Amino acid sequence: MKGIIGKKVGMTSIFADGKYVGVTVIDVKGNTVTQVKTNDTDGYSAVQVGFDDKSEKAANNAEKGHAKKVNTAPKRKFVEFRNFDFEKAVGETIAADIFADGEKVTVVGTSKGKGFQGVVKRHGFSGVGMGSHGQHDRMRAPGSLGASSDPSRVWKGLRMAGRMGGNRIKTQNVKVVKVMADQSLILLGGSVPGAIGSYVVLEKTK
Amino acid sequence: MNPTIKLVNDTFNQPNKHPKFGPGDNITVSYKITEGNKERIQEFRGDVIQLNGAGTTATFTVRKISNGVGVERVFPLYSPFVDEIAVNKVGRVRRAKLYYQRDRKGKASRISEKRQAVAE
Repeated sequence: MKGIIGKKVGMTSIFADGKYVGVTVIDVKGNTVTQVKTNDTDGYSAVQVGFDDKSEKAANNAEKGHAKKVNTAPKRKFVEFRNFDFEKAVGETIAADIFADGEKVTVVGTSKGKGFQGVVKRHGFSGVGMGSHGQHDRMRAPGSLGASSDPSRVWKGLRMAGRMGGNRIKTQNVKVVKVMADQSLILLGGSVPGAIGSYVVLEKTK
Repeated sequence: MNPTIKLVNDTFNQPNKHPKFGPGDNITVSYKITEGNKERIQEFRGDVIQLNGAGTTATFTVRKISNGVGVERVFPLYSPFVDEIAVNKVGRVRRAKLYYQRDRKGKASRISEKRQAVAE
């Protein structure tokens, strides 16, 4: 498995292979290996990657110490990649060119928070035009919650209105349209979960 | 615009190399067409009836009457396939979108030419 942490910069569109392609620009500058876990020491093999520098002032002593060991600035975001494809030592950087043009990646991000939403937006209920099935005269109400005296209660997990968004979302098979290695940018085809400025994790699709 | 997005645009999208034109203008668009591995240029001449969008995805629509049938074609302004745009006539119109041209034919669909000062 190979992977990298990035920050969503925004979207634009470029001409690639004779077609307009909408792309999301991901900034991956400053990925540093902060710890290497091996079978002998930790029971499994992984590479811990830190991303996005924060100031010494903002970091606590534990974070400072962790960064000092690797001789780098304290980082805001850490991700562990199991069984990393490349041999990496502590302190080495991971650059955008671990991915090639046309490769497929899995993108993990935190979706935009939508606040308290009704069932139509949150669960894709179609709403009912007629005033039956518990709908009364409302177009977007959930309607009946279930049967009556048997079971005499509402089933667990019934889809209702509530907080929506702000979840960890994984999108698979996202195409790497272009890698701009010099600028540490990766252009992904289409949209990617999360707001601008939020962290995304790019992994090779299995 | 975000400087990084601008950098991406500048790297992959070509700058506007075409002359300025607007709705009502009569233009000729030279469009590159690839057939197999051969490339040839097709010309499309007509009146611009709208400019649409901004930035890298901006498009314009050209309308012409071909064999008595109105034909409209939408071109991306920054497409590398748009080889050249020649402005034949600058039209005098009062709207940004000339959709009314779709209901007109013959003499009524003519667009009068804008009189411009000629540099001596």
